[in-house]
Amino acid sequence: MSNKDNVAIDVVDVKKHYGGVHALDGINIKVKRGKIFGLLGPNGAGKTTLVKAMTTLLTPDSGQITIGSIDAIKHPNEVRRKIGLAGQYASIDGIMTGRENIEMVGRLYHIDRKTVKKRTQEILERFDLVDAADRPAKTYSGGMRRRLDLGASLVGEPYILFLDEPTTGLDPRTRLELWKLIRQLNNEGMTILLTTQYLEEADELADYIALIDQGKLITEGTADELKAKLGDDIVEVTLSSNKKTPDCLKALEKALGNKPLLQPNGKTITAHAAKGTADLEAAIKALAKAKITPSEISLHRPTLDDVFLELTGKKTIQEESKNA
Amino acid sequence: MRNTALDIWIMTKRNVLRYRRIPTLMVFASIQPIMFLLLFNFVFGGAIDDDGNYAQFLIPGLIVQTMLFGGTQTSVGLAEDMKNGIVDRFKSLPMNRGAVILGRALADGLRNIFVAIIMISVGYLLGFELLNGVLTSIAGVFLITLFGFVFSWVMILLGLLVKDPESVNTASFLIVFPLSFASNVFVPVAGMPAWLQAFVANQPVTHAVNATRGLLVNGQNYDAIWKLAIWMTLILAVFMPLSIRQFRKAS
Repeated sequence: MSNKDNVAIDVVDVKKHYGGVHALDGINIKVKRGKIFGLLGPNGAGKTTLVKAMTTLLTPDSGQITIGSIDAIKHPNEVRRKIGLAGQYASIDGIMTGRENIEMVGRLYHIDRKTVKKRTQEILERFDLVDAADRPAKTYSGGMRRRLDLGASLVGEPYILFLDEPTTGLDPRTRLELWKLIRQLNNEGMTILLTTQYLEEADELADYIALIDQGKLITEGTADELKAKLGDDIVEVTLSSNKKTPDCLKALEKALGNKPLLQPNGKTITAHAAKGTADLEAAIKALAKAKITPSEISLHRPTLDDVFLELTGKKTIQEESKNA
Repeated sequence: MRNTALDIWIMTKRNVLRYRRIPTLMVFASIQPIMFLLLFNFVFGGAIDDDGNYAQFLIPGLIVQTMLFGGTQTSVGLAEDMKNGIVDRFKSLPMNRGAVILGRALADGLRNIFVAIIMISVGYLLGFELLNGVLTSIAGVFLITLFGFVFSWVMILLGLLVKDPESVNTASFLIVFPLSFASNVFVPVAGMPAWLQAFVANQPVTHAVNATRGLLVNGQNYDAIWKLAIWMTLILAVFMPLSIRQFRKAS
């Protein structure tokens, strides 16, 4: 990445603390132009704080942020002209209509009235909001609100789009719709940084993923690279109750020669299976010997879930999101 | 500069729209002061004012108190905006951040004018009368709402520090009640203990009430208008920059 023009976002050693808590503890990321960059981490990992720092909503204690070729800390207002932000709360005004919301944002970019009207109409058409355009936004469904939010973030024709948990709380079908829109925007050349707590989402959308936890970068790479870091296949055993969990952990450790990991539900256990099917067979035998009948046992390539559990050594991200 | 004016205009429009789209907001903004007006007039009126025209004394003061409460609503509204995320959007735009607050304060100023006119109208049913002609009365209403606008910055700073909309509401009572009751809104200062009189005679609400009574009823009270102008300048000079600074750094 020596070619400077190729880097849309450059974050160097950014720190931010609140009292004694290090929300951002020396983060470095580089986002290439035209790519989708996924910032993956559980609640409280520092994702939103990092997005706020990059979008000039807060000033970090130290470090550098360059957006395009602009120093975001020294020239925040110039950065604001170049970026769009859609937040996890779908930050729109419920009293105003969809059209008024987009027009208001456009006018606040100080674009002339005529252009704003034209762009607003285009956005409404593109995001399938024409029929609802003149209804108050508070009457919109969750999916419509997100589309409106996304649409409003585009009216200034930004060249980098920040999406902070764009699909949190949406039903699966609506989420797929939004994924499609995000991919389309990217295909047209938009650089997108999105945060998510869903591994599936990062896997699906992001060209490059940074895993963060407790304000620190844990690892980064493409989804495939991250999975390759884990290497081995995974044996996954699910028990019908957690009574025999300790026995099962012991039996698997003995049979497979590595320490199994217990998922937060207390019933699902995963372990490396370096020898593939041979290890699966060994696991089945060991469980039979210990008089444990699992409700499910399988062998699979590592998922991002496995990567996360392996690298942070704790709860999975999906479990976190259930508690949220 | 032109952009800043545009930002303020857009933000004011957004907040005025709120009152137009939800007429009940305006209704409730008027009902509480009217209720106070009726309660204080009929419950206290006979005991406080022997000559039987308490409304004439009460209404200018009560409008001032209503302006103080109006500041609370400005502050609560802002806290709600911060909570539901739209302020994050505004902050990501190349606009003047102060315009977000100023727009709300100005829109609420317009609402205050409306409420003041309603109160004067209801007052007429209770025997209240404007005695100084049209222009002076308009000046009175203007001064009273200007005071409301200035005071709203105190509540805005409070709201930005407290953050949670419901806490803002409760906290604001701790400011509005002492200021409006330890004043000459409801009763003449003469009956209060000396130590209290010292406070009452010098605090801004008393000057606001004196200035308003002067313009609406008694005839101009230049002394009160001057003192009020000094207070308003001080309040604005302190609380407006502090509020905008707090708003900029709040995240």
